[in-house]
Amino acid sequence: MKRKSYYARKIKRAAHLLFYRRHKKPGVKGWELKKRLGSDYPKVVNILDDYLEKLDLTIKTVFEGEKPAEKPTLDELNKARFYITLRGGLTPKETKLCGWRIDDIAGLAISISYIISKKGKAPREEVEDLLRDKLPGWRVDINMNRYIRSGYLAEDENKQLYLDWRTRAEVDQNVLVDLLLGAES
Amino acid sequence: MSSGKKRKKLGGERLQHIIDLCKSVEERNLDPFIVDVDDVIAVVREYFPEWELPEEFCLDAEAIHQLASVIKLQSDWVRHRSTSLYTDPFLLEEKIRRAGREEFANIFLKAWRPIVELEQISPHSLAEAIKYWQALLPLSERWLKTGSLKMEAGTAGREELIRQRILAETVFSEELELFWEELKQRVGEEGEIHYWDFVGAETYPETLRRAYMVSFLVTYGYATLEVHRLEEEMFLKPFEKPKSMVGKEQLVSVPISVSFEEWRSWKEGKRD
Repeated sequence: MKRKSYYARKIKRAAHLLFYRRHKKPGVKGWELKKRLGSDYPKVVNILDDYLEKLDLTIKTVFEGEKPAEKPTLDELNKARFYITLRGGLTPKETKLCGWRIDDIAGLAISISYIISKKGKAPREEVEDLLRDKLPGWRVDINMNRYIRSGYLAEDENKQLYLDWRTRAEVDQNVLVDLLLGAES
Repeated sequence: MSSGKKRKKLGGERLQHIIDLCKSVEERNLDPFIVDVDDVIAVVREYFPEWELPEEFCLDAEAIHQLASVIKLQSDWVRHRSTSLYTDPFLLEEKIRRAGREEFANIFLKAWRPIVELEQISPHSLAEAIKYWQALLPLSERWLKTGSLKMEAGTAGREELIRQRILAETVFSEELELFWEELKQRVGEEGEIHYWDFVGAETYPETLRRAYMVSFLVTYGYATLEVHRLEEEMFLKPFEKPKSMVGKEQLVSVPISVSFEEWRSWKEGKRD
């Protein structure tokens, strides 16, 4: 009984840490969870993740480098960032609830896919040209700045675009490429 | 130059060219298939009978070695393309250009899992904010306090800067040397002095300054600190010449508390 209440308390604290943004970026670093929840935080996160499944949410772990092939070490987890994301997908109708128009999402999808196809880096001008093909010019610049501000894309001083932290946290790049290649058009 | 020598020279140059090409492919991450392996092997085979000297054989072996590295890169490339991880960028680009807006958005929604966040103010943070607001002075009062005084521009001499504590009276190293001399005089024949007897001063700020200086004396090897753990006493022993401790023995940090209470009890003990 004591053990149960111990974890119940820790799960509540973990939920507060993960749901509320405490820094510029959302999510919590592993070492912060360790500091607040103790060294058994991976277990607390797993229990919370099971609980969130009923709500169609999940705890996503984004590692610093490539995702480890095997079970991640404690050191890798400490350096990783943990987010709460949707477990399943959104329906097109639901996207309006997030404040995204279908054009905005299509533009984001095209930008991300194009950068992936160029091995992770593409000139902004090229991506904008691609978007201008189907979106009005005035909208392209606004959208591109929005994607960068939200953390989906990053731009360097040479006007090269990269995938940024939010794309790594929210978009399953392998699934996106597979779906795109399997599309009929 | 005889035709044999000319041929040897040409062969050497061609091998060197092959080596440079293979190296640049490896180092600059170029397409490994720009090296035509059959051509390279034909060149190596053509000139091999000419080689007599060890340096010539070394050049030949180096060319073969570099070629082997390029063949390995070619093999890695083929292996990567044959796995499911590889996606042809041209094919992907073509799909991007041809897909419709809606179709693309729908595809993306299947791979997109947005981050979920909450934004909410709690009664506790509201109460804290009200407390802060009540304690906050009106801007007119705050600006009065921080308002700058209008001053005429002028010059300031070294004495003035020292008086304003912008410049130190002596440079730190000089001050440390003076402090070391004082320690040497104070220890007398015993060669050591009780830590508090040296550090303690009439005022607490001066005591802190002396403790700070002592820490540098010990760190820079002008003196050593002897700790008698059982008696809970510490003694300072100056060296005749500064010693560099770094790398010679294990350096240990000793935290020493110089609190106001300790200073007061030391002062009272001195009076008694």
